[in-house]
Amino acid sequence: MLRAENIFFKVGNKVLLHETSVAFEKNRFHVIMGPNGAGKSTILKILAGGEKPSGGSVFFLGKEISQFSQTELARLRAVLSQHYNITFPISTNDMVMMGRYPYFKTVPSKTDKEICRMAIAVMEAENLLDRDYNTLSGGETQKIQMSRILAQIWETEKNDNKFLFLDEPVSHLDLKYQHQLLQVAKDMCKKNITVIAILHDINLSMSYADRILLMKRGEIKYEIKNQHEITTDIIKDVFDMDSKIFDPGNGHKPVVVF
Amino acid sequence: MSRFSFRFYYISLAILLIISLIISTRVGAVNISYEQIFTFFSHKLGFSYDPDPNSIQQALFFQIRLPRVILCAFVGAALSVSGALMQALFRNPIVEPGLVGTSSGAALGAAFVFVMGKTIAGPFADAIGPFMLPFFAFVGGFAATILVYRLSSVFGKTNVNTMLLAGIAVNALASGGTGFFSYIARDPQARSITFWNLGTLSGADWHAVELVGISTTAGILICLRYSKSLNALLLGETEAGYLGVNSEKLKMKVILINTFIVAMATSIVGVIGFIGLIVPHLLRMMKSSDNRFLIIASALLGAILLNLADMVSRILVAPSEFPIGIITAFVGAPVFLFILIRNSRRQQQGGFYA
Repeated sequence: MLRAENIFFKVGNKVLLHETSVAFEKNRFHVIMGPNGAGKSTILKILAGGEKPSGGSVFFLGKEISQFSQTELARLRAVLSQHYNITFPISTNDMVMMGRYPYFKTVPSKTDKEICRMAIAVMEAENLLDRDYNTLSGGETQKIQMSRILAQIWETEKNDNKFLFLDEPVSHLDLKYQHQLLQVAKDMCKKNITVIAILHDINLSMSYADRILLMKRGEIKYEIKNQHEITTDIIKDVFDMDSKIFDPGNGHKPVVVF
Repeated sequence: MSRFSFRFYYISLAILLIISLIISTRVGAVNISYEQIFTFFSHKLGFSYDPDPNSIQQALFFQIRLPRVILCAFVGAALSVSGALMQALFRNPIVEPGLVGTSSGAALGAAFVFVMGKTIAGPFADAIGPFMLPFFAFVGGFAATILVYRLSSVFGKTNVNTMLLAGIAVNALASGGTGFFSYIARDPQARSITFWNLGTLSGADWHAVELVGISTTAGILICLRYSKSLNALLLGETEAGYLGVNSEKLKMKVILINTFIVAMATSIVGVIGFIGLIVPHLLRMMKSSDNRFLIIASALLGAILLNLADMVSRILVAPSEFPIGIITAFVGAPVFLFILIRNSRRQQQGGFYA
């Protein structure tokens, strides 16, 4: 389980995240949503240990985050960031292999290579191998980065709890691969991996999430555990948008129309 | 991306280096033939059939030519590896020791020794004299680099743009200091400062080879341990952190080692620009940005190119010689601009090299 206690974050006098405590049940797909500037990326970074909170603590599996060494943490959780600004030429293969850096010293083992191959296969990115990363399109870089992240927390035998943080993972992907990536992440939940993702599309979130956190102005305003709990009032409050909700019934998820 | 393996590059570069070293030992104010070189070596090693090889030429070869050629190879390796390290660290392909203050700080330290050395060393001049130049060059280079580093990390995290601007300011400060020393210097001292700022290998002897050889080899071997972390830094500092890299610690360590190898080399040969910029560039375009490859191959290619430049400097105005820093600048700057223009056309689509 991942737990945050009384975390808050401010830059100067500006509070980007108000004091909050939040827990993430293991092996579930958690989605964070909210308008721009609501503090989604901030809370994700703090949870992942990429940014120190101004106060409060984060606990992975009951242990405070600072008690882990950098390498231990790197083997425990992987993070897909929103942007990567790569200044030097690098092959897509080398990029994915970076995911295995926490596991080998100088030369990758056979297992490392095999894991990279499997991660790439899961992302259906084989056709992108042996290319210069900088010549890829936005969606293609997302597939390669996702492969790298998966390789980082891929465990073949051990059933350790692991965490996957995704900051807008589908922003550049076409329709098919949006669903493909989220399905991959969803399948990971069955392999003892807890997923925490920031998404912008409410219907996409409703189809994959086990739980949705709605943020506004640095606060978690709503927690939706069941898709049927979502109402037009909540959407109006969080996103300032008028909407209609259709519930097709017989097991289908409700659909939000704007 | 090239199809050839890393090993292919290491072996080809090593062979080219040996060839360039052999050719380089021949040319200069006095030309020495291959037969003579062979005779000198066999005589030195004690199994010569020739009872009396040309002793003046032999002395020249062993006391001046050979140390110079070997020193040149080490200096080329030191500056190029330093360029590769700094570029990886600041994720910027235009960084080199000259840009972040290391060279100009070391130059200031050296200028200080040229002008004030006799005064502060006093009666111990003979004992500590040879160590003063490397020591003050290191102090100057390190102070300048740390100053740039500190200025650019005022808000906790090091920002590359601020670092480059701070580099410009600190460079100006250090050159101001060097200018001051040349202003108050008497003529022979001022002349040494000028020559030193242009770079020259004429001060080569076996003592210099030992100093630069040991510092460079040790520095390169230590840095190879950090090549994987430097690769991860390509993703960005936070992202490298997610892969288990402590980027703040890494930066400190690499800057320290880097300053050490640059200051040792610079204290002997003066300021030689552009080699640290061009060599990693060429290798990245040829093969890969993998820092392990870049460090090893930069050492080899840097040694080759600086040897060629030094050969030119000896041939051009023989029997006198030309400051090597001028040659690397004349060749390096246009090559750099050519690369810059060619790449900036494609830059809009992606990274610097895309």
